[in-house]
Order: sequence, then C-alpha cells, then structure tokens
Amino acid sequence: MKFPRLKFALPLAAGLALSFGMADSAHAVKSGGVLNFVVGSKIPSYDGHIEGTFGMIHPIRPFYSTLIRVNPDNPASPTDFVCDLCEGDLPKGEDGFKKYVFKIRQDVKFHDGTPLTADDIVATFKKIIFPPKGIASARKAFFKMVDSVEATGKYEVTFKLKFPSGSFIPSVAMPFNFVYAKKDLDSHGYTWHKTNINGSGAFSFVQHQPGSFVEGKKYAGYHHKGKPYLDGFKAISAPKMALRLQAIRGDRAAIEFRGFPPKARDDLVKALGDKITVQESDWNCILIATPNQKRKPFDDARVRRALSLALDRWGGSKYLSKIAIVKTVGGVVFPNHPLAATKEELVKIPGFGTDVAANRKEAMRLLKEAGHPNLKIDFNNRGVDQPYKVVGTWLIDQWKQIGVEAEQHVNPSPVFYDKLRKSHDFDVSIDFNCQSVVNPIADVTKYLGSAGNNYGQYEDAKLEEIYSRLLRAGTEAEQRTIMREYEQRAIGEMAHLIPTLWWYKINPHRSYVKGWKIAPSHYLNQHLDNIWLDK
Amino acid sequence: MWQYILKRLILMIPTLVGAAILIFFLLRLIPGDVCELKMAGAGLYADQEQIDICRAELGLDRSVMVQFWEFFSGFLVFDLGKSMWTGREITYEIGLRFQLSLQVAIMATLTATLIAIPLGTISAVKQNTWIDYFVRAFSIAGIAIPSFWLGIMIILGLLITTQAWFGTPWMPPIEYVSPLEDFWGNMSQLIWPAVATGYRYSAVATRMTRSALLEVLREDYIRTARAKGLMDKLIINRHALKNSMLPVVTVIGIEFAFLMGGLVVTEQVFNLNGLGKLFVESVTSQDFSMTQALVMVVVCVFIFTNFLVDIVYAWLDPRIRYA
Repeated sequence: MKFPRLKFALPLAAGLALSFGMADSAHAVKSGGVLNFVVGSKIPSYDGHIEGTFGMIHPIRPFYSTLIRVNPDNPASPTDFVCDLCEGDLPKGEDGFKKYVFKIRQDVKFHDGTPLTADDIVATFKKIIFPPKGIASARKAFFKMVDSVEATGKYEVTFKLKFPSGSFIPSVAMPFNFVYAKKDLDSHGYTWHKTNINGSGAFSFVQHQPGSFVEGKKYAGYHHKGKPYLDGFKAISAPKMALRLQAIRGDRAAIEFRGFPPKARDDLVKALGDKITVQESDWNCILIATPNQKRKPFDDARVRRALSLALDRWGGSKYLSKIAIVKTVGGVVFPNHPLAATKEELVKIPGFGTDVAANRKEAMRLLKEAGHPNLKIDFNNRGVDQPYKVVGTWLIDQWKQIGVEAEQHVNPSPVFYDKLRKSHDFDVSIDFNCQSVVNPIADVTKYLGSAGNNYGQYEDAKLEEIYSRLLRAGTEAEQRTIMREYEQRAIGEMAHLIPTLWWYKINPHRSYVKGWKIAPSHYLNQHLDNIWLDK
Repeated sequence: MWQYILKRLILMIPTLVGAAILIFFLLRLIPGDVCELKMAGAGLYADQEQIDICRAELGLDRSVMVQFWEFFSGFLVFDLGKSMWTGREITYEIGLRFQLSLQVAIMATLTATLIAIPLGTISAVKQNTWIDYFVRAFSIAGIAIPSFWLGIMIILGLLITTQAWFGTPWMPPIEYVSPLEDFWGNMSQLIWPAVATGYRYSAVATRMTRSALLEVLREDYIRTARAKGLMDKLIINRHALKNSMLPVVTVIGIEFAFLMGGLVVTEQVFNLNGLGKLFVESVTSQDFSMTQALVMVVVCVFIFTNFLVDIVYAWLDPRIRYA
C-alpha cells in the first residue's frame, strides 16, 4: 500500500495561485523593518489548541512553531508539507502507514530559553488529541486515527495510528497546533496558554493592547537560521473593512492577510498603481445552503435536488466574482486538490451541469412531482457582507427562477448560530465549510449527517458507509473513486447540502512587502519568517 | 446645599440597582451562546462535550439567580469579573479603553463648547441678520450630518488631498498612543474624531445657546439694565449669558455622558479602541459579563454627569436647591 498523500507533494502551485507579484526571487532579501498589518477580527485567547479564528492566528502564530507546516515557499500547493520543528524530510509511514517517526531538531529553544525536546512535542499533541477531562481541544476530532504519541528518544517522536489515514499528515500540519513547552503545561496548567505566550516561533511576544494591537520582535535564536528578516511586526486590530482598506492606502498598514473583495482591490490599484501588488488564489472555504430535513418538505430529496438544480453556478461564478469573494465552481473537495472532481466529473452531478435551462426544467418537474410547485422558504442568513449577504441574495434570485419564494432573515452571528445549531428554526440556512490545511478526507466530513458541524438534521447510513471506506482507502486512485461516489451521494442524489461557490482570496498589499506568498487559506503561511520589506 | 447633594446621591442607588437587574435579565433573553459562537463561528467541529467544558469554565452552567448574585455582589465591590470572550479581567479591559474614550469625550466637549457658546451668543445678539442665518445653517448642517459620515469624509479627504499635494496619501494613525508617551502622535489620531463628533455636538449646543439667550434677552431685568444705560457687552456677559446657561449645561452634560459609551460608529470609522467599540464587540460576541459591566459603567457615567449637572444647576440658579 502506498502512502496516499505525500505523493501529492508535486508542484501544483503553478496552476493554483494567480500571482501578480511573485517576483521576489529577483530581489536580494533585505533584513530589518517592522511589518504593520491589519486584522479584521478579535483575539479570543492565545491558545491555538482551542481557538479557530484568524483573529487569533494572524497576530499569535508568529510566536509559535509547529511540528510540520505547509511549505512556505509553495503554500499554494494543497499537498506540499515540510518540517518546521522536525528535521529532514517528512517521515514515510511505516508498518503499513500506521507509524510515523519524526526526528526533532536539536537547536530549538523556547523564547524563555528552555531547550525544546521530543517531550514538548508529545505533551503538545497529547493536549490536542487526548486532553484531560474538562480541558477543551478544538481539533481532537481531526486525530481520530491516532492511537498513541510517544517520545521514542530525546529528539524523536513516534505517532502510532489505529488505521492508515491520508488525513494524518495534513492534520499535523494545521497552523493551530502550536508547540508548547512541557514545563509550562506541567507547572502552569493546561489553561495557562490562553493568556500567556512562550513559543519558539520567529518572533517573541512584546505586548498586546487588547482591541488595539499585538507587537512582536525578532527572535534571535530562531531555528531557521537567517530568519526572520523583519525586526518585528505589529498586528493592528481593525474590524471595519473600509478602514483596513484605507489603512493600506494611507500606509498605516502594509497588508491584510484575510482578503478583500474585487472592488476594494480595484480601488487600491487605481489609487496606488504599482505601489500595490495583488496576489490571488482559490480559497479553502465554501458557502453551503443547508436544508433542514426535520422540516417538510425538505425531507424529500426531490425538493432538495430541485433547489440545487436551480443554481446557475457557472454563470454565478462569472458575475459574483466581480462583486464578492467567491468564484470557483467545485464539489465537496477543494478544487485544486488531486482528489477534487474535474469539470467533466462535476457536470455529471445534478445542479452542476452547464445547461441551466434543462436543469431548471428538471427542478420544476421535481417540485411538481413532490407536490410543491410554489414552495416558500424561510431562509436563515448571517449578517456578514462578504460573501454571505451577496451569495444569499443570489440564491434567492436563483430559486425564484423555478418558482420558489425565499424569505431571507439576515441575523447577527449569535442569533444566526442559535437558529442553525440550537433551535433549528429555519427551512434552509447558509452555512460554511472553511478549513486551514486542505485535508479533503477530514474536510468532507461536513457532509455527514453525524458530523458535529452539520446542521441538516439527517441520517444517511449509505453516506456513512461510503465515508468509512474512504477513510481507510490506501491509494490515491482508490480514494479518488470513493470520493466521487461520496460526492454524488452527498450533493447530487440526496442533495443533503447544496454547495454554492468556493471562495476566492484576493490580497492586495504594499509592493514593498516581499517574500509572503498567498495560500489557499487565510490561516496558512502566517508565521511571517519569510517576509521582508523592500524599502 | 449639602442636603441637596445628599438627596441626589441617595437617588443614585435605586437607579443603579434597576439598571443592573434590567441589563442582566434582558441580555439573557437574546438568543445565542458565547461558547457556541466561539466554536461554531470559526467553523470548528464543536461537540457537546466541548461546549459543556466551555460553559462550565464561564460559569454558565449555574442557575441564573446564582449568576446574577455573583454579578451584582461583584459590582458592589468593583469586581466586574472576567470577560467571557478573552478571559481577561474586565476592569483591565475597560480601563484600557476608558482613557481613550474620556479623552475623546473631553476633546469633543471642548471643541463643541468653544464653537457653540460664541456662535450661539452671536447668533442671538445678531438675530435675523446674515450672521444669524449663517450660524443657523451651520448648526442645522451639524445636526443633519451624522458624525460617522463626517468621519469617513475626513479620512477620505485627507487621503485624497495629501496624495494630490504631496504624492503620498496620509491618514490619521489607527492605533492609540497615550498623550504622555507621544503628545503629537496622540493628537494626530484623536483630533479628527473630536472634530467630527464635536461638530454635531456643537450644533445642538449652538441652537440651545441661541434660543436660551434670546429668551433671557427678552426678560424685564435685561430691559431694566438697558434702561440704566449699561453697555450691551456687559449686559450679555454679566446678566444674560449666565442665566441662559441652564439648558446649555444640560445638553453639554448629556452629550458628554453619551460620548463616553455611545461613540459606537465613529470609533469604528477612526479605529479608536474605546468603550463604544468594546460595546459592539462584546454584544456581537455574546460576552454577557463584559456587556453588563459596560452598561453599568455607562450608567455610572450618566448618573455622575447628571449629578454634576444638578450641582452646576444649583450654583447657576440658587432657587433650585430650595425648591
């Protein structure tokens, strides 16, 4: 059996990132300077193991190292991972891909001077995978395949898996897996990192003024020699998008790492010309319409399929991409991943075909057959402009084409989530699947009725059975075949969830910011050790 | 006078208790949960076990009455607890923002007062002349233009004009620096929101000054003063202005208190890390403990400002304290 994932570590980046400003290699790297960047979300706590927001990742990730990471020189590739705290190449799976042995670097020290050993890695992953009772861990579910993690030497860590899994390496590479010092966990407890920072990342913590900024300075003892290039950074909190945009224009900040809509990019380019560089990429996020199957008639697959058939995804891509951060038509897997459906495969899924008129005719037939030719929908949407409200408005228009009338309720996030997760007070709701590392086998669990982040309220034993096979599939070819079966069942035949368009990431930044390359997620490539300023 | 002050102080107690009860229970009527929002909001797989751990950590698994008592008893001894979102001490979080909000409020009040009292006085004295018309148009514009819109225009105006004149766009700093560390840096950030809010604030006060002064200028004692042959300047400064200040002081007091917690949008426009921004963040993240504390702080500011206004009233018009 071949290890299914490392094979993917091929130069896929060429086809993925549309970069207008990646000519850094032509310049000599300069050291020094402080990078100011704006962050549109707030920091809940500093603990990566329990948080999931970019509001924490952008300012805090530079203080920490991870065992492995997405290749910073090729972050556009969804399958290219390299060592951070480990050394050499990534381990090849042993024992039928059920054992991974990581050799740990011997030159790493935490910012407080404590040398890093295998014990720190083990303590970190035990906290993430097997947290003690009463201790939260947001990503425990990603490591269901892990049986044990042990130090098998002072600088050697061994993970043993219950079964071979293609999602293991991507899960380890998640940027939230900050490596903590064992002595901190032992002496201060498992909640200490919520409000304290002691990492081994490229920058050491200077100060945090809550609601205002986080400041870091270059860590001289950083293990990637010669890096970081910056003297420091300042992550400035700026919740309003208009202000973040003006901050870049007025050079109060050089970059915003999440992404701007197309109009904002155009405004900046128009105002600043070549002082602005734009990097663009497909984004590992998708908005999904979720029918509530506990409510009639959404328990009827024909009705759900009709709602999917009504969408002109290819046309929507063309027009919505001019006003919103969405663009790519895709299925359940991130479009540029080897496991994703090709266009030929995609058009075979109901609702993804290019003949919109035929799709809609079929949709109306299905609604009539189901006894609901004039369906009315209570549609729950989130009060966030990009891209929720734009896509929501588009959905209403698309459904109207088949005679479905949707009444949209745009709710602030707390109310939106209350309706989605607790009261289930909706017919159809917007939802999203937004991940960091592209990890299709883990990411597609969203479509399982049993998944904790699925709010469709359904059970589908057949889909669960397909997923169970997918999870244990050994080769890429096998995974690909099963993934198509899974996709056809989840969003075609049963239309449990209705994918809209995959997001599209646009990062306009000051042209003097060099070395940073866009990744397919706003959570990735945020360690900042490769950024330099050409001033 | 002391009896008057004591009465006012005692009246504060039921107001505070009422506000505490209202805000605590009203917040719990809003659908949603901080733990759900924290986990699901980031797209995480949030199973019930994780939610329960989070709720237990925040004390949300206890009865509402226990939570209320903890909040209220804490408030009595100035222990506002910890933020449900960040886990930090609320007094620390509020303290950080209070300085900025207070400074903006003081600067806006000064701006407004410096504009309003002279303009209102001139407008009243020169009633129905072109000066009066101009001042009235200026003040009506101030009331009509929302301060956040003016703020946006100020930022855009600065960016466009500086780019046109100097080739490099400039905008005010977006991070706060204390005036004790860098006075000019501080001023270059806060002068713009102070002008944006001070203008609207001055518009209200200008209109109030004008109408109050006009009313006083028609009083018998003013006619008597004129009949005695006193100079106009003396009549206005010594006899009319002080007596016309009662409603103006009320407006200034209420507006000042409002600025301490109500600059919600303007703070967002200028990226000011003040109480208004914290309010928005705590409400949107269902941070009940922070929202409660902020409401109580604003209530205290209002009560204290009203108390000061009452004292100024009594000083301006001694009849009030005997009423």
